[in-house]
Amino acid sequence: MSTYPLLSLAIWIPIFAGLVVLTTGGDRNAPLARMISLVGAVAAFLITIPLWVGFDVANGGMQFVELSSWIPRFNINYHLGVDGISMLFVVLNAFITIIVVAAGWEVIQNKVAQYNAAFLIMSGLMNGIFTSLDGVLFYVFFEASLIPLYLIIGVWGGPNRVYAAFKFFLYTLFGSLLFLIALMYLFIQSGGSFSILEWHKLPIALGPQIWLFLAFMIAFAVKVPMWPVHTWLPDAHVEAPTGGSIVLAAIALKLGAYGFLRFSLPILPDASHELSGLVIALSLIAVVYIGFVALVQEDMKKLVAYSSIAHMGFVTLGFFMFSAMGIEGALVQMVSHGFVSGAMFFCIGVMYDRVHSRQIADYGGVVNKMPKFAALFMLFTMANAGLPATSGFVGEFMVILGAVKFNFWVAFAAASSMVIGAAYSLWMYKRVVFGDVANHHVEELSDINMREFAILGVLAIATLWMGLYPQPFTEVMHASVNDLLRHVAISKIQ
Amino acid sequence: MEMQKLYLLVPMAPLVGAMIAGLFCRVIPRWVAHTATIAGVAIAFIASVIIFKDVLAGNTYNGAVYTWLTSGDYKFEVGFLIDTLTTTMMLVVTFVSLMVHIYTIGYMQEDPGYNRFFSYISLFTFSMLMLVMSNNFMQLFFGWEAVGLVSYLLIGFWYTRPTAIFANMKAFLVNRVGDFGFILGIGLILAHFGTLDYKTVFERAPELASAMINIWGAAEWSLMTVTCICLFIGAMGKSAQVPLHVWLPDSMEGPTPISALIHAATMVTAGIFMVARTSPLFELSTTALSFVIIIGAITALFMGFLGIIQNDIKRVVAYSTLSQLGYMTVALGASAYSVAIFHLMTHAFFKALLFLGAGSVIIGMHHDQDIRNMGGLRKYMPITWITSLIGSLALIGTPFLAGFYSKDSIIEAVKFSNIPGSSFAYFAVLAGVFVTAFYSFRMYFLVFHGEERFGKADDAHHHEHHGDHDDEEASHDHHHGLAPGQKPHETPWVVTLPLVLLAIPSAVIGFIGIGPMVAGDYFKGVIHVDNVAHPALSQFLEHFHGAAAMGVHAFSTPPFYLALAGVLLSWFFYMKRPDIPAAIQRRFSAIHTLLENKYYFDKFNELVFAGGSRLLGKVLWKGGDVAIIDGFIVNGSAKLVGWIASITRLFQTGYVYHYAFTMIIGVFVLMTLWINRA
Repeated sequence: MSTYPLLSLAIWIPIFAGLVVLTTGGDRNAPLARMISLVGAVAAFLITIPLWVGFDVANGGMQFVELSSWIPRFNINYHLGVDGISMLFVVLNAFITIIVVAAGWEVIQNKVAQYNAAFLIMSGLMNGIFTSLDGVLFYVFFEASLIPLYLIIGVWGGPNRVYAAFKFFLYTLFGSLLFLIALMYLFIQSGGSFSILEWHKLPIALGPQIWLFLAFMIAFAVKVPMWPVHTWLPDAHVEAPTGGSIVLAAIALKLGAYGFLRFSLPILPDASHELSGLVIALSLIAVVYIGFVALVQEDMKKLVAYSSIAHMGFVTLGFFMFSAMGIEGALVQMVSHGFVSGAMFFCIGVMYDRVHSRQIADYGGVVNKMPKFAALFMLFTMANAGLPATSGFVGEFMVILGAVKFNFWVAFAAASSMVIGAAYSLWMYKRVVFGDVANHHVEELSDINMREFAILGVLAIATLWMGLYPQPFTEVMHASVNDLLRHVAISKIQ
Repeated sequence: MEMQKLYLLVPMAPLVGAMIAGLFCRVIPRWVAHTATIAGVAIAFIASVIIFKDVLAGNTYNGAVYTWLTSGDYKFEVGFLIDTLTTTMMLVVTFVSLMVHIYTIGYMQEDPGYNRFFSYISLFTFSMLMLVMSNNFMQLFFGWEAVGLVSYLLIGFWYTRPTAIFANMKAFLVNRVGDFGFILGIGLILAHFGTLDYKTVFERAPELASAMINIWGAAEWSLMTVTCICLFIGAMGKSAQVPLHVWLPDSMEGPTPISALIHAATMVTAGIFMVARTSPLFELSTTALSFVIIIGAITALFMGFLGIIQNDIKRVVAYSTLSQLGYMTVALGASAYSVAIFHLMTHAFFKALLFLGAGSVIIGMHHDQDIRNMGGLRKYMPITWITSLIGSLALIGTPFLAGFYSKDSIIEAVKFSNIPGSSFAYFAVLAGVFVTAFYSFRMYFLVFHGEERFGKADDAHHHEHHGDHDDEEASHDHHHGLAPGQKPHETPWVVTLPLVLLAIPSAVIGFIGIGPMVAGDYFKGVIHVDNVAHPALSQFLEHFHGAAAMGVHAFSTPPFYLALAGVLLSWFFYMKRPDIPAAIQRRFSAIHTLLENKYYFDKFNELVFAGGSRLLGKVLWKGGDVAIIDGFIVNGSAKLVGWIASITRLFQTGYVYHYAFTMIIGVFVLMTLWINRA
């Protein structure tokens, strides 16, 4: 195993690069800022490759562990590590950061350095979330990662950005406070430890477990987002610039889901079992209810935002069936959603840059003017509808199949997304892309350039690869997921 | 060459062709696209023939190519199962596909999407081959959805036509409704068998024959019945059985070659193939078989009726396809799986022939598809005429032609079936014979015989018949038609050659095939029939004394006279006394309206499912998200916060990051307080 502190590098390289980018100053140095950002993002991505290559798939525990004391007085440590659950998200995050920097290359002309710096710092902070094994460290990263996202929406966002940012703020503040209280409680109960791995072993009575579970759940559910605390997401997406939407959908939504696996399930196994019905019910509402809501959206970004919520419903559903298929399917769905929703938002961005509208009604017949774009957009639309051979299928397939064993009617409700998901995805595609050229804006469209083609091409390869050969993705999860399941099966009530 | 490599070559060759034609469709010349794809499909066909011979020599194969996914105790592989059922399908798929590829050179020669079209049909061939060659349910589902995708792309091939892009979305969504059931069936198999591998599942099936599961409350259901019905719902989508048939007539929006390949010969028969493949499961549930036979019988008869009133040449053939798929389904329900596959094969040849013949007529008529504007074409298009006649005769079950053997076997098998619903099915398939003969020869006479009605300036004919707006829409964009005085012309050899090559098997394959496929042990060990519980096929075979005897015997059986009556009646109605159909139409206008509206399935679906979903979406969005969650809870809290904030206004600077930073500080302060108190 490597002796380099790879995880620290994965966190601090992008943050450092972000700070360097900030020093380039005003927009007259924009080309330099872009170049440094790209180099930083690529370097950060390359650092994560040894994580995957060097990952020991037989080991379900933490790997690449780094541990040093941070605030000794409160026993707070700088404790990092990845297991089969978190490793892929570090890689995905670094990968998406490159996409995001490339996505804003020509589009963002205002405050370029600050824009790129925000994304790079955000990327580092999110890696911190996925790798933290200390409660306080996790919390600091968790909260700090909100700042760049606020800025991205608030500064480069659309006309209604203040409302969107405020809504986001209100929701997450509410969740964060409860999360903090839960952390404090665990600190006290464990006799002064913030180690998440210690907490995994901590016996807790059922009553407190339930309260802690609800506190965690509210914090994470807002992030996922789960019904009914989801209404910030469509607004945030609509107002965010393309890059912001990509990061939000591809990575930020995964933080909440990851929290369930890192905190709720292993620390509170009894409460997890006890309240699994609640989570599953909310997940199914997300899949079905939100699917219907997505169907009638008139704004493309809102439609994809709602479809994200529905897809994340599969994730939380998969977690709380307590089976390997369910959890691995959910994790696969999270990674896949990173590729597919990222690509969908980028596609919408491509059209928005040209027409300056996200309304479905303002389009029609795009294929006549942008055939290359239409072909790639078709691929991602189909992936969004869960077509086999795309990554979108794998997770849904695993969760649905896992659900049949769990309960036929849960599977029935989840499988209804096969129809609803196809309906909203294809109906949007039909109205936007097919048909005769609808108006002079569409008439003036030019097909995607090399940069846009490269971005969509890379995402297309990732989507197809994961759809045709998902084994490398799930292979790394097995040991950790099995450990988790064994752990969750044992009661902590004494 | 090692056989495993050859197996792999079969699907891969068309895939490579599709990729060459598709990825470079904008840069390569047309001849590269069609040469690459035709070469790919030709290689697949030749390899299939070699594999077929190898399998006949007794060399079957069941093995994995690669592990797609492992999770928990489950392992999903991509692999091949090569047996007689697979090779039969491989031969049908690659042969018809090859014919369609050649035909396309002529049919699409003026189309700007030429290369793209070749890419799609080769991609379809790949997907269909992966479907039939699969050795597990996962890959079956893969191929299943992949052919659905290509079907979607091809129905909407002319993507600026509103009807085409509506039809392709409708096709995909209706198929997804079927797949919804299908995936639940697959899930039940995985949950109870622990694997999706055919061989293991079929071996373990008898152990679970009497297993019960709780589906609703305390009521116990037979696992096999629920599983098989779920699987069959998938088949109902793909093979267009009532009530999931609604997509197939609309799929005629696609170019005619794909109507022949996808919507007649191969893809739509995937459901039939799947049920035959899973015969060891279906045999364990008489309830599921009853369900199958009733659905099939309804489709066979009632879709046939709709063929009678269609005026678009492709739609007549489309409804005929629906009806024939119903026949196959009836055969499945009667446990005569081998007969279903036999009919699938003969139907693939003669229906592809009829569709390609219709396409040839459409070219000859300069893209006029209305049979009321045709007539007397036999003089101008002799090859199309003769081959279409062979196809029609095969379809209606003329003794010694292909369709006769397969269709009569179905009728006989159903006669001996004893499962609930089989007597209705027997009536339906018998009545269907008359209906089939009537609509087939109505079309045949109107197109090839009688008065020449083409080339007339704006024919008043058109406007007399009302209520046929669907046909009008269908051919709207391409409705050039012949100019006054212009005559139809025979099509080039690339079009007529496939017609001739398909006419040969349409004539003889039944005579050759019935002995081994139905009566012999061709499908031994592949298709499983419980002869004790479902003795229909074995009783039929007791009366079977060879293909020749069956053909001779046919002249004394009801189906022959029903078919003859159908032909004669259509001759009388449409050649002798064209006033009679019009009079009947006026007299029984209620029935006519019902048929014109296709039993109101489309209107019902549009109103209840499409409209209902949109309404529900609106209610949940505006009522749930906007009014209750945002309006009451979020903005209500925001107002509360705003009220508090009016007190703390001093701290407001207006910068988002100040708030965020303040929050972080607050968090640390709070933390410190807590820790110190502890």
